[in-house]
Amino acid sequence: MSNATENETTRRDFLYYATAGAGVVVTGAAVWPLVHQMNPSADVRALSSIRIDVSGVEPGTQLTVKWQGKPVFVRRRTEAEIEEAAAVDLSTLIDNDARNEHAGPDADAAAANRFVPGPTEDGLEGEWLVMMGVCTNLGCVPLGDAGDFNGWFCPCHGSHYDTSGRIRRGPAPENLPVPLARFDDDVTLVLG
Amino acid sequence: MSGIPHDHYEPNSNAEKWLHKRLPVVGLLYDTIMIPTPKNLNWMWIWGIVLTFCLVMQIITGIILVMHYTPHVDMAFASVEHIMRNVNGGHMIRYLHQNGASLFFIAVYAHIFRGLYYGSYKAPREVTWIIGMLIYLLMMGTAFMGYVLPWGQMSLHGTAVITGLFGAIPFVGDAVQTWLLGTSNGSVGQPALNRFFSLHYLLPFVIAGLVMVHIWAFHTTGNNNPTGVEVRRTSKEEAERDTLPFWPYFVIKDLFALAVIMAVFFAIVGFMPNYLGHPDNYIEGNPLVTPSHIVPEWYFLPFYAILRAFTSDVWIVMFAEFITAGIIDAKFFGVLAMFGAIAVMALAPWLDTSSVRSGRYRPMFKWRYWLLVVDFIFLMWLGAMPAEEPFATLSLIGSTYWFAYFLVILPLLGVFEKPLPQPETIEEDFNAHYGKASADGAVAAPTPAE
Repeated sequence: MSNATENETTRRDFLYYATAGAGVVVTGAAVWPLVHQMNPSADVRALSSIRIDVSGVEPGTQLTVKWQGKPVFVRRRTEAEIEEAAAVDLSTLIDNDARNEHAGPDADAAAANRFVPGPTEDGLEGEWLVMMGVCTNLGCVPLGDAGDFNGWFCPCHGSHYDTSGRIRRGPAPENLPVPLARFDDDVTLVLG
Repeated sequence: MSGIPHDHYEPNSNAEKWLHKRLPVVGLLYDTIMIPTPKNLNWMWIWGIVLTFCLVMQIITGIILVMHYTPHVDMAFASVEHIMRNVNGGHMIRYLHQNGASLFFIAVYAHIFRGLYYGSYKAPREVTWIIGMLIYLLMMGTAFMGYVLPWGQMSLHGTAVITGLFGAIPFVGDAVQTWLLGTSNGSVGQPALNRFFSLHYLLPFVIAGLVMVHIWAFHTTGNNNPTGVEVRRTSKEEAERDTLPFWPYFVIKDLFALAVIMAVFFAIVGFMPNYLGHPDNYIEGNPLVTPSHIVPEWYFLPFYAILRAFTSDVWIVMFAEFITAGIIDAKFFGVLAMFGAIAVMALAPWLDTSSVRSGRYRPMFKWRYWLLVVDFIFLMWLGAMPAEEPFATLSLIGSTYWFAYFLVILPLLGVFEKPLPQPETIEEDFNAHYGKASADGAVAAPTPAE
């Protein structure tokens, strides 16, 4: 008798848990697509790499392009700018981290760790500087050829970046990050 | 409803009886509109009607605006200009909607601070208070998303800053921000505009639902009143000496107040419709250029000031960063403080230990309350200032008082304060203020000279 009761209880419990479990799984499976639809769509993800023609960029000028909805600075530096960046004593930097996706997390912020290698051996070494144009303080867009260090100046809260895009003065905590970038041929820079 | 003894709806005609047996909807409306209301309510009890009016006005003007608006990054700004210039009367409808948001928040702040002074949040009205706080949160979400829709410079870069707040959450922040914006690098674009448009249309109806529950809740407990003394419920006769039916007495009074407010509101809509806005939002959104000074709308400023007050050089932030091994950094601390500032307000029913409801009879409470009001306005001013000294330190002082009021002052006052004597009944208070009343004054309390 007691056996029979136990069996019946066990069987009922099993059905109960199986139904509840199936209900949870089905609800989750139904809800997840409704949540996931808000994540980046296929066309947004497909734009994660773009090609830029930089043939018109003369030394001492820069191009601002929109990549994934954000500005990217592509600057062709002059010899003076390259030397000025290389001459900085690293101990005076606010952020001594390369912030360069090419250079590993341990690389320091030496100027040599922050530029993109040029398309040929002929150009100046360290000529091409490519950075996200988003101030690391509150996300404003800094102005080029400005500031106390001849690099960039953010008008929102007064952050000064040097000719290597490193933060030197002001509230911003980090250097301007260098995204994945490489030259595909002499005039084409690929971002991403 | 309300537990206060009063006359209920009686169907008279055969048609009424027929319907009442099948669906007692007329009875429900009758009991709602005829609720016995404390007869000593002062002018701070008008904001409920103003808020209801705002919600209806925003929904109607909003539905009309959607008929002419295009939620696309290339067309949104132009479609708003189309509304302003081409649509018949479109500029007026848009200005009503735009300034209606400000009226909505003026009314809700007056309503909330009324509740804080007269202890309307205290037992048994905690549920009314909590639902009110939920409505307030939804209002802020709705207003924020509505501000994105014109796709001006402030819309775009304000969204970047506000959604960036969610990015500050430890571990899951980036995933949450990506999910909110629909882009993987925190950029604000078409996906954000489209979904904010959808939610901006949805949330007002959620608010409307919660408003009904809010009304239901305080109709169950009965209204609070300036004395904080409950309506007598022992007999219908006594209850009637403390109350008057909502219709027509309070409806007419509230509509008069609404008319006065509307006169001011339409003067602003007509003559200075952009006074509370930012000129930068009439420049089309451009991700490559940032406005030099990003400020939220005025109704967010106090909480924006609290958000910015807790920078990495404040000792409590350093302490939090230390004991959580860096999980709570300055940015996340600021976000926690901002949401915490609203959370402590929502918890007021349990933080306030005083047995006396109305601030009128609480001498120590009174000036601390008024200091909170000043603090709120002070923080609002600070929120519009640039993030530099002396505003940073002042914001910290203002934020500290905000939290101290709810977390220290309210709990302690209940212990240390000696309240003033309260009137026995609402009738007694009413007669004290408005002279000898009622023809049936046989049991009327003696009127103290004033």
